[in-house]
Amino acid sequence: MRLEFFQMIDRVLAADAESLSAEARVPDASPVFEGHFPGYPLVPGVLLVETMAQASGFLLLRRSGFARMPFLASVREAKLRSFVGPGAALTVEARLVHEGSGYAVTAGRIEAGGKRVCDAELTLRVLDFPAPELEAAMRAQAERIGLDAAMAA
Amino acid sequence: MDSAFDRIADIIAETGGVPREKITPESHVIDDLGIDSLDFLDIVFAIDKSFGIKVPVEAWTQEVNAGQAPPGQYFVMGNLVARIEELAAAKEGAGAKVAGG
Repeated sequence: MRLEFFQMIDRVLAADAESLSAEARVPDASPVFEGHFPGYPLVPGVLLVETMAQASGFLLLRRSGFARMPFLASVREAKLRSFVGPGAALTVEARLVHEGSGYAVTAGRIEAGGKRVCDAELTLRVLDFPAPELEAAMRAQAERIGLDAAMAA
Repeated sequence: MDSAFDRIADIIAETGGVPREKITPESHVIDDLGIDSLDFLDIVFAIDKSFGIKVPVEAWTQEVNAGQAPPGQYFVMGNLVARIEELAAAKEGAGAKVAGG
């Protein structure tokens, strides 16, 4: 994870049309920890929600063949069950709950050491890419995390 | 079972925080009931789940924006209910065809 660049997913472990599993390792040091919290570094809960949203987003991007961009629209029942500190190895999962017209609902979940640390139900609006640069960046991110390789496996 | 109107009105009341008695067949979901786009998304999700359909909101919105349909055709409660009943009936018909081979 590169928290300050909002690169939350390191590598896709497995993916199919309905779900995606990925790994994310919390860095040992980050400017984020200077404020959250001094002397007691923790990954902010909002960044854990963002991590689930990104896993969901990559699942939806792959489903649409990168035709449209998912944007986080709502977060329901977010539960932050355990503290997550520097160096933690996380497994991030996103599962499709419903694909509607112009939106999708996913179930997100993060585990550390086999223990659930957070979960939420996420709604993402799925819109045309507002800029070609964004589509190119998302394709590059997907390649970085091995999304296509995971889908092909 | 409640009518389609009651089911949809209950969803809108619960999801959009609208007093149930305020919702009539003549209510415009956005103009009269004050439902914003995010609440409408949640409402559509609840309708999709409840009726087992996929409300084609994007196609409706495109038709309205292109001037091919008046907004009331889809967003006035009575018409919205009629469209959803049509979608549910079409789905049942498709299911019956599959079941009948």
